[in-house]
Amino acid sequence: MTLNKLSPGAYGKIVAVGGEGALRRRLLDMGLTPRTRVMVRKVAPMGDPIELHLRGYELTIRLEDAQKIEITEERA
Amino acid sequence: MIIALLGNPNSGKTTLFNQLTGSNQHVGNFPGVTVEKKEGMIKGQKNMTLVDLPGIYSLSPYTAEEVVTRDFLLKDKPEAVINIVDATNIERNLYLTLQLMEVGVPVVVALNMMDEVRANGDSIDVQMLSGNLGLPIVPISAAKNEGCAELVLKTLEVAREKDRPRGLDLCQGEVHRAVHAIAHIIEKELKATGLPSRYAATKVVEGDPITLSKLNLSKSEMEIVETIVSDMERNLDTDREAALADMRYDFIANACKDAVKKNGNSRELQRSIRIDEVLTHKVFGIPIFLCVMLLVFFLTFNVIGKFLSDGFSMGIDWVTSMIDVGLSNLGINEAVHSLIVEGVCVGVGSVLSFLPTIVTLFFFLSILEDSGYMARVAFVMDKLLRKIGLSGRSFVPMLIGFGCSVPAIMATRTLASQRDRRMTILLTPFMSCSAKLPIYATFSAAFFPDHAPLVLIGLYVGGMVMGVLYGLLLKSTLFRGNPVPFVMELPAYRLPSAKSVVIHMWEKAKDFLVKAFTIIFVASIVIWALQSFDARLMMVSDGGDSLLAAIGRFIAPIFVPLGFGNWISSTALITGLSAKEAVVSTLAVLTNAEVSMLPQVLGAYFTPLTALSFLTFTLLYMPCFAAVAAIKRELGGMKYAAAAMIAQCGVAWIAAFAVYQIGRLIVGG
Repeated sequence: MTLNKLSPGAYGKIVAVGGEGALRRRLLDMGLTPRTRVMVRKVAPMGDPIELHLRGYELTIRLEDAQKIEITEERA
Repeated sequence: MIIALLGNPNSGKTTLFNQLTGSNQHVGNFPGVTVEKKEGMIKGQKNMTLVDLPGIYSLSPYTAEEVVTRDFLLKDKPEAVINIVDATNIERNLYLTLQLMEVGVPVVVALNMMDEVRANGDSIDVQMLSGNLGLPIVPISAAKNEGCAELVLKTLEVAREKDRPRGLDLCQGEVHRAVHAIAHIIEKELKATGLPSRYAATKVVEGDPITLSKLNLSKSEMEIVETIVSDMERNLDTDREAALADMRYDFIANACKDAVKKNGNSRELQRSIRIDEVLTHKVFGIPIFLCVMLLVFFLTFNVIGKFLSDGFSMGIDWVTSMIDVGLSNLGINEAVHSLIVEGVCVGVGSVLSFLPTIVTLFFFLSILEDSGYMARVAFVMDKLLRKIGLSGRSFVPMLIGFGCSVPAIMATRTLASQRDRRMTILLTPFMSCSAKLPIYATFSAAFFPDHAPLVLIGLYVGGMVMGVLYGLLLKSTLFRGNPVPFVMELPAYRLPSAKSVVIHMWEKAKDFLVKAFTIIFVASIVIWALQSFDARLMMVSDGGDSLLAAIGRFIAPIFVPLGFGNWISSTALITGLSAKEAVVSTLAVLTNAEVSMLPQVLGAYFTPLTALSFLTFTLLYMPCFAAVAAIKRELGGMKYAAAAMIAQCGVAWIAAFAVYQIGRLIVGG
């Protein structure tokens, strides 16, 4: 599944990061690398973007970008 | 000796910079880009200049900030780099440190917020971590000014001994093999570029376009490089960029494994999560944000700022009248008298009276920024601005634009990317500033007494709609490239430090004062001269005979298709450039009426339709000189500012033309 499908409070492990260019590089730089555990903290009031928790900090990304991140869901 | 300060955004970089340099700072831009460059002398040291580089997460080649930082490290070759690292978020912060090690400059790591780490019951074995990374590390707390003296001494030592990061092999396995193989291949070309070998090889493996074009490898060499990289990609089952990011994070994880002891989320993070349950709440998030902004506006424009502004302008009036009396007593030449009193004092004085409002506004804005709330605003409002190719971060400067364009444009400094900053600067003047209200009020009273609120709302909404259309146009022309991705950290909420807030306010005040005494000073004198003299350089008694009126008559035909081709309105539009309120007072002077009587008099020059067209034009045409000065500074050159102003006048002309011509079809005029 992809990261945008993960519901708030659920955890996932990153399998692959898609996309290209600046966006992909930024996602990797911010620590969204394969095998990283992420949790979806919440969804913004207008339904987009989403807030993630990973590597001990909070990150926000847009749903269309989250869609490019392949994950497997994990039990908390 | 030049020392660079580098670190992630929200790592306490500004606080450390302020601690080390005090208020002795110089703010400018890096040449050719609108990326802020701050410099200051380190306190208690002779000849140690600290350069504050942009807050970035990585040295990748994509944003202007990242490229500027890379260039500075490689070309200006600072004697040492202080890399500030947030100890409560160490893994992600060390990612940049690793890239710095690849560059091979002498680095000292300032491990910030150690007080919070201790308070959380966590621990970092600084000695062990320093050994694992091969870098000197000084634990500090910038907010509490702990460890800063030791940091300066360590930096001095590292700079003197040119103590580069020890040659620890950052890379392992497949990446290691590729980096070393490529280092041999590019050996020859490397000499000409002056790049560090290790850095260049890593960048080639990564496929970095800037480094590749600098090296200018031959075709056969490129083929070998590509073979090596694709072998690596196949063996690792991933691509080159992911392989390197992965490798760096693995290295960090190993370096931290035994050195960093952490029990779950820090207290600061837990507190932030609780605060955000309210501030970014699904239902209350947006109303809370609007209330916060409303409160800031109310306090700035109605209470504190207004009180200070009124007092300030009373002072200016007093000084002006004293000068007036003094000059009269001395029997100074009438023209010089008029120049000093009506030109300089009134012109600069009217702009100066904005100063308290601007300082007050920045007091609130820097609190919102430093506390971490601005990032939440971007999170909550992002969806709205995405359609025009911006992110939620641009929302606040645009909102401030409804008060005054000058601080709004100055506030774009907080935006994370040059592209967003430039685009926001160009869109902000479309938000109708408060100085235009008297114009709207006068014309509504004259022509639409029963529908004044409707006209007012129509103008404000019209400005926003034009802003959106202009944004869409910019997005598909000048700013076509990919927008900087919206991948943003939500930093833990922190209490803003008083020192940072004060320095920030002082910076903005200084910036504005410099403007007031340069560009606005000159503009005031020019407008005064045009108003006071006729073509034979004789002082005029009737405003209608002045050079300004002559220019007004000259350009009036441009406005004939818009319905207000009379010289009085074109002259008023010109004086409106010094300050928008001047449109009303000029109309009063030229029609020989009191301002309060204007609504009765204007009927002779405008019909309701041409009045509407005139209002549309005033809403959209170029902003006042103070705003132009701000735009010039933020866009980094008069050329860009001039182009922006011409474009804006064009937009205003087209919109007013449409209003007038369509209106004519409807009312049959």
